[in-house]
Amino acid sequence: MTPDKLVYMANQIGSYFTTDPQPEHARQQIAEHMKKFWAPSMRATLIEALDRDADVEAQLDDLVRQALIEHRTLLLGSAANA
Amino acid sequence: MTVSIYEPDLGTPAPASGGAPVTLEINGMPVTVPEGTSVMRAAAEAGLSIPKLCATDSLDAFGSCRLCLVEIEGRRGYPASCTTPVADGMVVRTQSDRLAKLRRNVMELYISDHPLDCLTCSANGNCELQDMAGAVGLREVRYAPGENHLAAEVDDSNPYFQFDPSKCIVCSRCVRACDEVQGTLALTIDGRGFASMVSPSAHEPFAESECVSCGACVQACPTATLMEKSVVEKGQPERAVVTTCAYCGVGCSFRAELQGEEVVRMVPEKAGKANHGHSCVKGRFAWGYATHPDRITTPMIRRSIDEPWQEVSWEEAINYAAGEFRRLQAEHGRNAIGALTSSRCTNEETYLVQKLVRTAFGNNNVDTCARVCHSPTGYGLKATLGESAGTQDFDSVQQADVVFIIGANPTDAHPVFGSMMKQRLRDGAKLIVADPRTIELVRTPHIEAAHHLKLKPGTNVALLNALAHVVVTEGLVDEAFVAARCETESFAQWREFVARPENAPEQLSEVIGVPAETLRAAARLYATGGNAAIYYGLGVTEHSQGSTTVMAIANLAMATGNLGRPGVGVNPLRGQNNVQGSCDMGSFPHELPGYRHVSEPTTRLEFERAWGATLDPEPGFRVPNMLDAALAGQFHGLYLQGEDPVQSDPNTQHVQAALKAMQCVVVQDLFLNETAKYAHVFLPGASFLEKDGTFTNAERRISRVRRVMRPRAGKADWEVTVALAEALGQPMPYSHPSEIMDEIARLTPTFTGVSYARLDELGSIQWPCNDSAPLGTPIMHGESFVRGLGRFMLTAYVPTEERTSRKRPLLLTTGRILSQYNVGAQTRRTDNVHWHAEDRLEIHPSDAESRGVVDDDWVAVASRSGETVLRASVTERVQPGVVYTTFHHPVSGANVITTDNSDWATNCPEYKVTAVEVAKVMQPSEWQREYGEFTARQRAFLPDGNDKTPVTESDTSA
Repeated sequence: MTPDKLVYMANQIGSYFTTDPQPEHARQQIAEHMKKFWAPSMRATLIEALDRDADVEAQLDDLVRQALIEHRTLLLGSAANA
Repeated sequence: MTVSIYEPDLGTPAPASGGAPVTLEINGMPVTVPEGTSVMRAAAEAGLSIPKLCATDSLDAFGSCRLCLVEIEGRRGYPASCTTPVADGMVVRTQSDRLAKLRRNVMELYISDHPLDCLTCSANGNCELQDMAGAVGLREVRYAPGENHLAAEVDDSNPYFQFDPSKCIVCSRCVRACDEVQGTLALTIDGRGFASMVSPSAHEPFAESECVSCGACVQACPTATLMEKSVVEKGQPERAVVTTCAYCGVGCSFRAELQGEEVVRMVPEKAGKANHGHSCVKGRFAWGYATHPDRITTPMIRRSIDEPWQEVSWEEAINYAAGEFRRLQAEHGRNAIGALTSSRCTNEETYLVQKLVRTAFGNNNVDTCARVCHSPTGYGLKATLGESAGTQDFDSVQQADVVFIIGANPTDAHPVFGSMMKQRLRDGAKLIVADPRTIELVRTPHIEAAHHLKLKPGTNVALLNALAHVVVTEGLVDEAFVAARCETESFAQWREFVARPENAPEQLSEVIGVPAETLRAAARLYATGGNAAIYYGLGVTEHSQGSTTVMAIANLAMATGNLGRPGVGVNPLRGQNNVQGSCDMGSFPHELPGYRHVSEPTTRLEFERAWGATLDPEPGFRVPNMLDAALAGQFHGLYLQGEDPVQSDPNTQHVQAALKAMQCVVVQDLFLNETAKYAHVFLPGASFLEKDGTFTNAERRISRVRRVMRPRAGKADWEVTVALAEALGQPMPYSHPSEIMDEIARLTPTFTGVSYARLDELGSIQWPCNDSAPLGTPIMHGESFVRGLGRFMLTAYVPTEERTSRKRPLLLTTGRILSQYNVGAQTRRTDNVHWHAEDRLEIHPSDAESRGVVDDDWVAVASRSGETVLRASVTERVQPGVVYTTFHHPVSGANVITTDNSDWATNCPEYKVTAVEVAKVMQPSEWQREYGEFTARQRAFLPDGNDKTPVTESDTSA
């Protein structure tokens, strides 16, 4: 799947959790949503794109980008450190 | 399970609520019945038959035929037993010389104006008039021939039944059925005295009248006056099998009445707990598709979609599909293939497909068409209440004081429940409708909505937040309920959130398009009007904020204490017959049967032990993910059981391109549907009449589907999945679907008490059904929510990115119509095309005028996804700035226009909001031209003898 589509979907998820008054909790919820409903390859593709592509980093909303960085291990499992 | 063709008729309905027992004496026998029971019904319950013609137990007593007269000690005259309630100590005689004479005289009058053609009459052998003539001992008619109705002309304008007024006895049963049961009031008795005649609308033929062809009048008719044409043609049925309708999520119980294996008619079952003996035009009459010549009954394969199909044996087709799937996994990895289950198929069949994916495919790439309809319901209700299902039974509506319908059109999409709702609204319940269109219930005979919130498409969340703001800021919260039943912290957060000024009706009014005072009045009515029940449909879920809307609905119900008892609740009206069931059975890529996430180790271990396979603990692809992955070269094979995403999913050209990119598409279906034109393997499907199983309707009611004829292709659908699994090396040793249900019950806590034996015993069961609820659960969340304390979720309004512009100034929204069903593969192959031969674009007169469009003009509808051409219907049903169409005919290309926008949580497509421009044109769109050519080529690829002709003209020409 293309990173563009995944960025769009991730930002959409982020837009829901933005209302959460506790940003830390919001970031956790975003990551858990992706962990629960996204196939591992989708999570890996997005994080890989975030790692290597400045455009992707810029396209991601702050809250979502922070969630991906902060919860990298949750999202990638054992591949997080690869 | 064959049952008698004759259903007992106790003459009058049971009293509304079981009253105190009353004992009376009938013909010397003591009889005890509830207070309020008629003498006629009391006698019938005691096994005594009182002659009757105008009485039937589905209608209120009328007392017009004077045949049911009885003698009651201490009372003068001969009261009609149908209109006389029982009383303690009453002494009744149903037979005497005097009564016999009176009844014979009455019958003699009836017969004096009735054609004596019993031997050639279609009702011969099942005619109440004939039976009563026998029961009263009528031997002669003394009246000389005179003025009569014997030459009255037959009205055969309706495709499914005929009206022969020469046989009419003016008992008014048809008129009353249309009034009391259906609620359409299309029929009346016109004229007085001898001139009295049943008349559809104002002397119109049935087909041109307001009649909706529900069949209630035909069912109520005691003679052959209103008779199914199939019975006129074939004769009376010889046996009946009770089964469940395969159309919408109401899940009506039907008696398939048969001659041998041939269906003569489908009659709604009086004992059916979802429909109580009522039906709609689809379930009652539109079953002819099951034997339509377009059915493909021989398996076929081909290597490329540019090659002709080759007919092969079942074994060869299954082995080819299995071989291709294994090849694709070997070449591209375990996750390169997946499957779609169908909400049209049985619980047992969907369970097997997801089991095949998780075991034989070794991944979780399984999804279902609920993805594109009610997946937000599953998400939203699970998050707030703890269970992915509606809270009530249908009967609950009869105890509602306020009915709030949002994004649903029950009289078209769930017509039998729509009629139940009408009954309650006519009895005094107040109605709030939130819909961009003026649906029928907004104003219909004897019903007018207290508030029609004609909101702009895409503003549901804003509307619900505005209503919640009023509830919170005007002190309308049920504080005791919230304190006892809900989370303190999440409620406090939500209360603070919705109370913010930005959620006030005055602030949101312009966004929503509804005056603030109307919003405030609707909120007050919902919160203070007594039992308030919310009913919603795809107008809620099919938005970019579909899941948020579902949660906002649950919030509102919790805050006002409208959960956990009859008359209230949150009620998703499921679109297809088994949407609830397909979700229950683990069709989503992230959860196993019973809504348990694949990552839960204990649950997974339980399934691994039962299935003898190791299961993937990570979620798989959803449908849109599969399509995107196919276009990215990462997904290559798909098994679709009873699904047609090319027509039903959004952005048709995207779906077509994705399927073209796959190397092995296996379609299991009744017909060469739109998706099958992109398939490499075609496995013939079986209709609901050809297999055993169960469906679960919108009220969580599990009902039996019973086979009435052998599968036309030799295999029921579950047998095909078993064969495919076994060819892939995964044994599935079932000999009957009952064994599959037994396995489901062993592995699913909410189904523990369900079995075919128990379903036969109880008729149907609403899950949860287990040790704590052995008879099932009509109303959920009674003492506490399934998740414990109810959880309020924050629901900020986030406008959809699909917005109008100068280039696309109108918003398109889509929906259904009464006579057609979903992609129309079934209903288009029936006479239902009489009412809806094409999809049309509804456009407001002001929008039409500014574009020079008049009724019946061809108009191009263009969005950022594509363009199609439809004929225009200029109507004020839609508001200015909004256009509407249905998607029942493939050539319409409604989903060529819809976009790939989707719900943030579930990826349910945003079918309900697409920015478009409309322009008058003279020719079909480019897509339609290509569609016509592609369809013609694909039909030419079929072997001789199979479907080579267009189903309807509208299939191939715009």
